Amino acid sequence: MKKLKNNAGLNSVAASLMAILLGLIVGFAVLLIADARNALNGFGAIVTGGLSDLKNFGQVLYYATPIIMTGLSVGFAFKTGLFNIGAAGQYMVGAFVAVFVGAKATFLPGHLHWIVAILLAAVIGAIWGMVPGLMKAFCNVNEVITCIMMNYIGLNLMNLLIRSSLFDKGRNQSLQPVASAILPKFGFDKIFTVGATPSSVNSGIVFAVLIGILLYIILQKTTFGYELKACGFNRNAAKYAGINERRSIILSMVIAGALAGVGGALYYLSGAGTGIPITEELAAEGFDGIPVALLGMSNPIGVIFAGIFISYLKVGGTTMQVYGFAPQIISIITAVIIYFSAFSLFFKGLLGRLGKRPVKAEKQKGGAVK
Amino acid sequence: MSEYVIEMRHITKIFPGIVANDDITLQLKKGEIHALLGENGAGKSTLMSVLFGMYQPEQGEILKNGEVVQIHDPNDANRLGIGMVHQHFKLVEIFSVLDNIILGVEDTKGGVLQKVKAREKVLRLSEQYGLKIDPDATIEDISVGMQQRVEILKMLYRDNEILIFDEPTAVLTPQEIDELMLIMRNFAAEGKSILFITHKLAEIMAVADRCTVLRKGKYMGTVEIANTTKEELSRMMVGRDVSFAVEKAEAAPGAVILDVQNVTVPSRIHKNNAVKNVSFQVRAGEIVCLAGIEGNGQTEFAYALTGLEKASHGKFSLCGMDITKSPIRQRSKLGMSHIPEDRHKHGLVLDYTLEENLVLQRYWQPDFQKNGFIRFGEVRKYAEGLIEDYDIRSGQGAVTTVRSMSGGNQQKAIVAREIDKDPKLLVAIQPTRGLDVGAIENIHKQLVAQRDAGKAILLISLELDEVMNVSDRILVMYEGEIVADLDPKAVTVQELGLYMAGAKRKEVRT
Repeated sequence: MKKLKNNAGLNSVAASLMAILLGLIVGFAVLLIADARNALNGFGAIVTGGLSDLKNFGQVLYYATPIIMTGLSVGFAFKTGLFNIGAAGQYMVGAFVAVFVGAKATFLPGHLHWIVAILLAAVIGAIWGMVPGLMKAFCNVNEVITCIMMNYIGLNLMNLLIRSSLFDKGRNQSLQPVASAILPKFGFDKIFTVGATPSSVNSGIVFAVLIGILLYIILQKTTFGYELKACGFNRNAAKYAGINERRSIILSMVIAGALAGVGGALYYLSGAGTGIPITEELAAEGFDGIPVALLGMSNPIGVIFAGIFISYLKVGGTTMQVYGFAPQIISIITAVIIYFSAFSLFFKGLLGRLGKRPVKAEKQKGGAVK
Repeated sequence: MSEYVIEMRHITKIFPGIVANDDITLQLKKGEIHALLGENGAGKSTLMSVLFGMYQPEQGEILKNGEVVQIHDPNDANRLGIGMVHQHFKLVEIFSVLDNIILGVEDTKGGVLQKVKAREKVLRLSEQYGLKIDPDATIEDISVGMQQRVEILKMLYRDNEILIFDEPTAVLTPQEIDELMLIMRNFAAEGKSILFITHKLAEIMAVADRCTVLRKGKYMGTVEIANTTKEELSRMMVGRDVSFAVEKAEAAPGAVILDVQNVTVPSRIHKNNAVKNVSFQVRAGEIVCLAGIEGNGQTEFAYALTGLEKASHGKFSLCGMDITKSPIRQRSKLGMSHIPEDRHKHGLVLDYTLEENLVLQRYWQPDFQKNGFIRFGEVRKYAEGLIEDYDIRSGQGAVTTVRSMSGGNQQKAIVAREIDKDPKLLVAIQPTRGLDVGAIENIHKQLVAQRDAGKAILLISLELDEVMNVSDRILVMYEGEIVADLDPKAVTVQELGLYMAGAKRKEVRT
């Protein structure tokens, strides 16, 4: 029995790896079209860039932190059958509150400052997630619509508030959090460094990984996770079993929102020397959560690896500039790889069929073996 | 030219953990009605899926008119003249009848649909075979019986000569079943060959020429219906003698467990109330059956009683406690068990494993969780006990995904879960729908055993045999009202039918 279960898990991992491989092949084809002469070098850069030196690897972990958090957010909601496309908005309001607390609440003692900032970011993210959850639970409004609305409300509200209370005119961005609000480094700045320039990696990645493990335990081991997944698979059956499905929907969105909000806080409290930019665009980290969740098959542990992988590609992409590729091309390549990586579900099905598992039987209604 | 229009020789089909078909041979003569009989999980549907090209067998071959043919997908089957009416209809709900019939074989002219000829052909076929339909009606608006006629017309429209009916009577009323039998005989008389999958022996005896019996994936033999009996067929199918009568002692009703007072439930479909001012009681140690033709308010009543919907007026009391406004979990804690009408919609989380489904009603109890963490060891132990006690068969035991289990075993899992909760009141809604005689016998026995153990049982059923055999008291529901309170020993099936059809009513004591 146990063997079979492991097999299914193995299939998932193998499927994700195959999808990644296909993505890399197609990405290489795009490179050949863009600039055949430098294609091999460029491909080498994107594949090995993230590991070329310790500083770059540090950057991989640094960029991975926020997208792991938004990936966990999207994946967690997926498990309850909800599509949290509002991670971007939750991320931005979380970032704003964290930076606001980080810059203004200087009365807080040093070791508490950053913790309070993160917690308040979680609260505001949770509120941003709760609104679509409430609308879904009580009015049956599709969460995708309300999430998108909340994204724009979050973006514009943030711009407004930064301009009115947290503005750094010279840089057209928000003020930066003070030193006591910066996340501890855990010595990472000593390890992931080249010469005198350390990478921006910090304890944020550790928190992200720990939160991922915590979510895994919640989903797999607790009655709460059992209820949430039951709602995701079959809301009617959950209701029949006396599970309060409204409560599950709302809580799922609240938790998803909090996760994305913490993602924003972890990124902007990293002490990398930037504030939140004034922009008309929704945060890319929010939307990156979607492919991260897909690639990780919504499994929190899978999401951690998927987040690191996509971040790895991004860092690798920046090293391609050495070979004269335009940033747009680099974006296309990474997008292509991510895009094909999301085919992992397709590969899972394929592997299942090769392994003579009754894929067809499962797709058909119930009693296939009558 | 072979004697057989279709021959399946030595078919073997293996799924993980189960041999669904083990060396099965099926020979269909031209112009005969050939029944395929077997319990749930015997491999009937798998065999038909092989014939229809949805599965490829590990071994064996298929012959048409004596020549070996390859069937890779349903399109191949269609080209060979094989058509199938599935148990769960494959219709586009929001399309018209005509559009559904021509779907996949549409005539087009320059990319534009040409429906005039198609309409003529459909109407001609409909007239010829007495399959009354309205070609412009939308599928979601028409009755299940009419939907089935649409499925049959789909096969005729494609000029299929070999017609497979997969449990066609499971969803029909007695009148519709008679009609279908007549239609099938007409087809056979015309030289079409019919494969009729069922586990209802009476229907086989009434309509079939020959019958092939499967048991647990194995071929048990083919018999001429003229030379056999119901008893012999059921013995071949189940492997032992089956009693059709339910043996039970006189009921000894005790205290009132369920008290229903003036309950009214609004309908979701129309503006009238689905349940109108219904009152009755169920006592400990008796089986009360709410009988009626489908759509007379039984479903809505059950939803209101179990808490899935709200009643607009009236009161439910369980053991003296008012539960009218109680949430579902509260009703469950007070001792209500519920075998739901639709096992896929309500009864099971199909993507959960069997063990996860078996604790669906009690995962929150201290036996199965500690500080919010599920005690998986306890869950496994409990599930394996139930699987053993209730003979729930599946490919991989407790960790089988329920979706991959046969309908009968899914139902057994629900019955096991609900009975093992040790309820005071068991609400069983069509608990034997779509099950074979062996499983039905088993579930009826368990209902009676629960009754004898002092439980109150409310059975909601459409099957007349079940109503007559199992219940101690029959309440007939017609258009949302209870029109009769009958003693099954003092009423005939014909009389019961008149009450159910609304032709007769008598004042009901409450």
